[in-house]
This record gives sequence, C-alpha cells and structure tokens, in this order.
Amino acid sequence: MSKTEVINSDEKIVRTVKMSPKRLITNTLVHVLLAILAFIWVMPLFWVVLTSFRAESGSYTTTFFPKGYTLNNYIQLFTDTSIFNFPRAFMNTLIVAIFACILSTFFVISVAYTMSRLRFKMRKPFMNIALILGMFPGFMSMIAVYYILKGIGLTEGALKLVALVIVYSAGSGLQFYVAKGFFDTISKSLDEAACIDGATKFQVFTKIISPLSKPIIVQTVLQSFMAPWMDFIFAKVIIGTDPKYYTVGICLWNMLQKEYIDRFYTRFAASAVLVSIPIAILFCCMQGCYSESVSGAVKG
Amino acid sequence: MAKKEKKQKEFLTEYTVTNSLEKGDIFTKLSAVVFGLGNIVRGQVIKGLLFLAMEIGLIYYFVSFGFRALSQLVTLGTKVTGQEWNESKGIFEQVNGDNSMLILLYGVISLFVFAVLVITWRASLKSSYEAQCIKANGLKPNTFAQDVASMFDSKLNRTLLFLPVMGIVCFTIMPLVYMISMAFTNYDRNHIPPGKLFDWVGLKNFVKILNLNGSLGQTFWKVLGWTFVWAVFATFLNYILGMILAMIINRKETHWKGFWRFCFILSVAVPQFVSLLIMRTMLQPEGAVNILLRQIGLLGDGQSLPFWTNVTWARVTVIVINLWVGIPYTLLTMTGILQNIPVELYEAARVDGANAVVTFFKITLPYMLFVTTPNLITSFVGNINNFNVIYLLTGGNPASMSYYRGTAGKTDLLVTWLYKLTIDNKDYCYGAVIGILIFIISASLSLSVYRRTGSYNNEEGFQ
Repeated sequence: MSKTEVINSDEKIVRTVKMSPKRLITNTLVHVLLAILAFIWVMPLFWVVLTSFRAESGSYTTTFFPKGYTLNNYIQLFTDTSIFNFPRAFMNTLIVAIFACILSTFFVISVAYTMSRLRFKMRKPFMNIALILGMFPGFMSMIAVYYILKGIGLTEGALKLVALVIVYSAGSGLQFYVAKGFFDTISKSLDEAACIDGATKFQVFTKIISPLSKPIIVQTVLQSFMAPWMDFIFAKVIIGTDPKYYTVGICLWNMLQKEYIDRFYTRFAASAVLVSIPIAILFCCMQGCYSESVSGAVKG
Repeated sequence: MAKKEKKQKEFLTEYTVTNSLEKGDIFTKLSAVVFGLGNIVRGQVIKGLLFLAMEIGLIYYFVSFGFRALSQLVTLGTKVTGQEWNESKGIFEQVNGDNSMLILLYGVISLFVFAVLVITWRASLKSSYEAQCIKANGLKPNTFAQDVASMFDSKLNRTLLFLPVMGIVCFTIMPLVYMISMAFTNYDRNHIPPGKLFDWVGLKNFVKILNLNGSLGQTFWKVLGWTFVWAVFATFLNYILGMILAMIINRKETHWKGFWRFCFILSVAVPQFVSLLIMRTMLQPEGAVNILLRQIGLLGDGQSLPFWTNVTWARVTVIVINLWVGIPYTLLTMTGILQNIPVELYEAARVDGANAVVTFFKITLPYMLFVTTPNLITSFVGNINNFNVIYLLTGGNPASMSYYRGTAGKTDLLVTWLYKLTIDNKDYCYGAVIGILIFIISASLSLSVYRRTGSYNNEEGFQ
C-alpha cells in the first residue's frame, strides 16, 4: 500500500493547518496502541523462534529468555530420526501436496469453467447441491471415507499416501465458487469470437480463457498445495500410528504428546519454524496474485 | 413460475425416456432390455457395444454381489458371532457372524451402483431413440469419431465434469449417505461390529438427543448453547475489532501503515495448527505467559492463571485466542473494502458536524455490513464448525462428568463433540445425528441469505 494512495484533498488541508495538541495526543495514543497490539501479535511467533534456538531442553523453563543458544535443535531434527523422522515426514507431505495440488487444481478449474461458461440442464442443480454439501461438517463423513478407502485397499503401507491424496483432492470440485467468480468476469464476447473462427469449446478453454486466468490458476495451485501442510486431522485418521508415513502435521502434533513433550519441545519449535517459512512465502505469493487478479479483472 | 418454465424450455429436447418408450420402434424399445441394441442396428456399433458392455458389467455386479448386499440392507445382518454346536465334529465352534457395519456400507455402495444402472438405462434409450429419429429424417447418425469430437465441443461439460463429479460422489456424497443412514441405527458403543449387530431404530436417536430430560439431551442443549455463544462472540468480535483495527491503520495520520499490517498478517502466514499448538503450550500453568507474569511480578511464585483449567477462563481464553487468529484475516478483507468507501460521505458528515463515533455508526458500519453480510454469515457458520481452534487449544476441556458419560467438555462445540463421540467413543449413531442437526442449523441460517446475494442471482452482472 503506497502512500500516494491515501493522499487526498483532506490531507492537503490537514497539512496546511497546524496540528492541534488534542490531535497530537490522539495520534500518539493510536501509535502506542498499535505498538502494543503488534507486540501481542508478534510475541508468540518470536517466542517460538527463541525456543527453537534454546539450549536447555524441556517444555517448561523458569525464564522467558533462554539461558543459552544453540543450533542443535535444527541439526538433531535432521540427524536424530529414531522416533520422529522429520526429513521423511517433510518428503511425505511434499509428495502428497504435489499430487493433491495437481488433481485438485484440475478439478476446481474444470468445474469452475464449466459452471461459468457452459450452459446445460444440470448446471443450477449442481450449484445448489454443491452449496448444500458444503454445509455438512467435514468430519462427519471422515470415518466413512476411511472405511471406503479401506474397502479399496488403500490403507496399507505406502498406499496410505495415495489415500491421503484422494482425501485432499477428491471433493475439491465443490470449492469452485471463487474461481467461477473470476471466470464470470471474463467477457463472453471472447468465446463468441473464437467460436466464429471455428474453435471448439475445448480449444476456447485451453487456448483462450486459461491463459487469461493465470492469477486464479496460480491462486488455486497455491491454495491446494498448502492444504496438506496445514491439515493434521484427516492425516491422523488415515495414517494412524505408522511413523513411516507421518506427515509434518502428525509429526508436530505427536511431539507435543505427554510422553515426548519434554524431549522434543525445542525440536517442535524448530520444525514449526521450518514448516512455517515455505508456507509464509507461498502465502505472500498468493496475496500478490490475489491483488493482481482483482486489478486484472477490472481491465478485462 | 414463468421464469421456471422458460428455464425448462431452454434445455428442452424431444429425446426423452417417455418419448423413446412411446414413439420408438421395436429396436429402440428393445434397447431398454439389451442396452445399445438400437445404436448397433443403426450403425453406431462402438457406442452400442459400450452400452452393452456397461450393462453386462453392472448385471454381473448385481448377480454376484449387489442383490445380496441390497437385500441384507433390510435387516443389517442376522447372524451373531458366537459359538455354535458342530454336529459332525461334536464340538462348539467359533462362527463369524454378520458385520452390520460392512453390510450397511456395501448396501449404500450397491444403491449407488443401482443409480448408475438406471442412468445407463436412460442414456441407452435416449441415444437409441435419437439415432432412430436422425435415420428417419434421412440423415446419418454420428460416427464414433464424431461422438468423441463432440465430447470436446458441444458436450464439453460432460468431459470436464466427469472426474470431479466422480470424486465428489465417491468421497463426499457416498460417505455422507452412509453416515446419515447411521443416524437411524443403534450403532453405538454397545453395538460394535464385528461381534455384535446393530439394527434400524428409526427416529429414536433424534428423540434421545433432543429430549431435555435424558443425559444425552441435556448435554446436547448445553453444548449447543455454548456453540452459539462462541459463534456469536467469535464472529462479531472478530468483525468489529478487525474493522476498527483496519480503520486505525487506514487513518490518514497513522504512520508506517505497511509495517503495522505486516506485523498482524505475519501470524496468518504461519500454519494455523502450529500457532494454535504454540498458544496452548504458552498458556499452560507453567507456560511462557505465566512465567513472564511471574518475572514481571504480577504473579507470586508458584501462582498461575488458570487459562485451561477453569471453565470461565477457558471459555474466555478460546474466544480471545480466536481473536488473535481471526483479526488478521478480517484485516486482510476489510482493508480493500474500507478504501472503497466514497470520501465524499465522510466530508459531508464532517461539514454537518458529526464526530468520529457518529460517522462510524452512520457511515462506515452500514456500508461494511452492506458489502460483507454474506461474508459474515459464512464466518458465523464457519465458527459453528470451528473444529481446529477448540480441538487444538483445549481439546474440549475442562472435562465435565455431568455431560453424557464424560464425552464432552465445557468448551466443546458440537463439531468437536461429534468428533469425540465417533473417533474416541464409537457412538457413531449419536455422532451422525449431531452432524445432521449441525447441517440443519447451518443450512437454514445461510441458504436464505446466500440466495439473496448478487453473486448467486446476478452472476452475469459483470460481463
């Protein structure tokens, strides 16, 4: 948000009139308030970073600031893999995230495009059904999904990861509303012009509309890529207690269980930092894309 | 009504099932029994054979497995696991009985396969009748290559939707139907297969849960009450405080706007479960916050604030921490909208002598409500279903023995109670009933509002 945006006629008036004492007090108060709030918001994150470098182990310390600093927590995370194999969990999550991302982006974009551009009998009913399905609590069917996956035989060994990909992506076709809103803003005359030139509807989709929709596609990709990193409930139900296939989420959750918390508390903080960094970067990318997509839509 | 009729005309086709059965010739009518026959006779051999293959496959499924599954659905199994006298060997033998859970699952799956059969039957009839009509008009029915090409042009919607819809049907709708049907059985901790059978009980579970006098009913109404209190506070405090924060940062005289925003939004970028787990440990009796307070001197040695152990403290704490989690999101959405409020409105108000409070209640709030009401409803429903915050922070604790068999705690929402009932206590039927009730609550709240919004009714408004 650059400063030029907020300058308007009022500000010019404000500048010419000298700041009254009352206003000065309000301004100071506002800034103090913001500083306190910002402190509250940043402190927990700061504390995690501190803890991740803390030399003494254990979950409870008598001082807020650590007595000694070390990089060992990070090193042990990658070298001591006897109980929690963090590198492996990281790879598991990465693999699941990549495949889930590909599948669900494909699902979301196809459904959104179909709902926005094509007209057919089942369109409105489909949209209503999607709305209704979205209102059932997701956990309600979790057990049933587990039994169905078990019935197909996807709950043994490495296939658990396949099951996880399916869980994350299979229902994603229902999350089409945002992308549909984006497609709705692209002018329909483009489709018509292409059709007159002899393009089939599929060519319109792949060659004309898709290149114009890069912002929303990138956003969908990022969002679906981030989901497996953020989830741990579904992962917990499907992976169960098999440490080989732990995802990052389960790993972090288990580190805080009673039997491990004392030994692994500082390592928990270290892995939290390691997981947060890529997610934070992706999140910032997504924000960038989002503002881009809004301005792009206005031009279209 | 007129609108509805127009809608129906838009997709009107003469190739319907009724028409095929009434006006079709002998081959078309026979397509109802031998799928694809009409197509094969009229030259669409591959298409016809595909229909036939589908039919044979589906019928094989039903003969070998499906019919049995469907018929067992009525009783949900009759044979109990136990010991049986074996005449020839002269001993008692362990016999595996029926597994009601699997019977119900296979029954539901078979119902869906039956739906596929009906759809194929209809498609076969229609396609056969279409080929017949085209032939009658002296034209040539589409070749298979043309049919495939049309899947990427005039019937593109089928191609694009096929896989996503398959995913939704298999992994969203089917599990939902399965769970909903459980609500009408007595599949609780006393009837866990294998070993024991469960059976249909009709609406008994609903009566038990809505009944104010039973322990289950009392728990439900109390948890529901807290769920509403939580949802109201979580939604509206987030909304109002987030808006005020956005306004403070947006003030003309506030410096370092970007920096303040960055500080708040930093917490959004951290995965939610990580920040919630951190909060939980920080607020333990021996956690960082209590230690910090002791060091400052606000608390004596060994004293600690009962963030998670006292009911009222725990309830307030989860609401406050939800503010920590939620306000940055509100900030993100609000900032853009606030900058869109016409400046002239504020200037006019100032000329008329309105102070900051009046402008907020007369201009900012009404404008924001106008733009963000759909958002507000979504987040209210989202908060009713806010599993993460509660489960990760308190796990529903402090526990309460006055609740149904101690399954729910004082900060449990309906969703977390549902989770505990099904995953931890295996009271599947009650969990399913609660899921249905949550659905009814959220649906009745939001459906009416959704349908009035512009994005639903006026989707082409921006083209």
